[in-house]
Amino acid sequence: MSESSRSRMDAVLGVVLLLGMMLALYMAFIEAPREQTMGDLQRIFYFHVPAGITGITAFAINFVASLMFVIRKNRWWDNLALSAAEIGVMFLVMVLVTGPIWAKPAWFVWWTWSPRLTLSLVLCLLYVSYLLIRKYIEDPERKAMVSAVFGIIAFMDAPLVWFSIRWWRDIHPSLTSESGGLAPEMRPAFFTCMAVFQVLMIYLLRRRFYLESLSNELELIEREAGTAR
Amino acid sequence: MNKIWAIFRKDLLIELRTKDSFNAMLFFGIVVLVIFNFAMESLRSSIHSAVPGVLWVAFAFSGTLGLNRMFAAEKENGCLQGLLMIPADRGVIYLGKTLAATVFMLIVEFIVFVFSLVFFNLTVWAEIPYLALIFFIGTLGFTAVGTLLSAIAVNTRMREVLLPLILFPVILPVLVNAVEATNIVLNTADYHALKLPLTVMTVFTIVFGTISYLLFEHVLED
Repeated sequence: MSESSRSRMDAVLGVVLLLGMMLALYMAFIEAPREQTMGDLQRIFYFHVPAGITGITAFAINFVASLMFVIRKNRWWDNLALSAAEIGVMFLVMVLVTGPIWAKPAWFVWWTWSPRLTLSLVLCLLYVSYLLIRKYIEDPERKAMVSAVFGIIAFMDAPLVWFSIRWWRDIHPSLTSESGGLAPEMRPAFFTCMAVFQVLMIYLLRRRFYLESLSNELELIEREAGTAR
Repeated sequence: MNKIWAIFRKDLLIELRTKDSFNAMLFFGIVVLVIFNFAMESLRSSIHSAVPGVLWVAFAFSGTLGLNRMFAAEKENGCLQGLLMIPADRGVIYLGKTLAATVFMLIVEFIVFVFSLVFFNLTVWAEIPYLALIFFIGTLGFTAVGTLLSAIAVNTRMREVLLPLILFPVILPVLVNAVEATNIVLNTADYHALKLPLTVMTVFTIVFGTISYLLFEHVLED
């Protein structure tokens, strides 16, 4: 893709995102009905859940990119993996911040070691570890390979963490519970927010990827200048 | 197989002659037990329910110490370069190292466990085979992924500091299930309930053992 078509695409995506975010705010705060027992507190759900799903999507992208890097050894995949990991951590932090804000009034505690909470926290820790590894390896080739290996391990670890803790007492609300899940009137707002979060992820992913490829280029130029000197 | 054995034997010999990491691991494991005794002063009356957790924290901490030494020692005098030159698949190095780490850890675990019997006033006889099985599978899971991550950590700018940071989030499934299984044996004696935690630990060991074996060559520095 040429430079101009890439930046044009980003601009279009940015405008779509801006409009989408305004629509999502309107849907979540005005259009969606007030919840019967929790009141306005429930509206945090429109941001909490999409952030969680989007974060996990980003980690899945990191996994695929890590796997592809090990197979193809192409820096393109490493840039994608790094961008996805950073963005995934950001979304997971969003989940871990909005969760307790909701939980304190709803459950009367900030935190409880229920399976979903624990899994979100562990996922966040795993990918912070991933970013730590990257930080402490200088050689770019080695950094890419080692972090790809760790990216594969981290993602494979998540289901095992889940199987280890899913027996713990769970009080977390579920979208697919037998008690009905999400009320039909709330669905438009939820799906709007969900879509906007996904677009946000794609937008951030593109920007972060571009930044990383610029920094690769700079590194290459610096190396050439270093050898020429 | 012979090559795996040779690497294992090499590490064992070094350890037998210097006892560097073994002493450190053992002492650290015992210190952790003592520290926890002070930390849990207020629950002295119900301390038995905390023993499985304390034990596995001691095992994990002392195990991390051992794993760190394993590749740090190879960095000295370019031993790792020599090791990389052996005419074998790099996965062989991984298997040999994992075997050595597992054996060291199990010996340390046994001694730390004997100390914990004294410190926490426990009596076990019939439970011993079950505990041995849990310690074995748990330790194998720990070293299966620990050996790979140790090789990663030792080649970074932070060296040994990095290993616990990247290892503990990953081995969480082993830790959770090992504590759970040990708790079943020591505090409930409902041995049927052991099946699940042992299965998860076994799956963990097989999955991460295979991944580590396949990917090990990529993390070594040439």
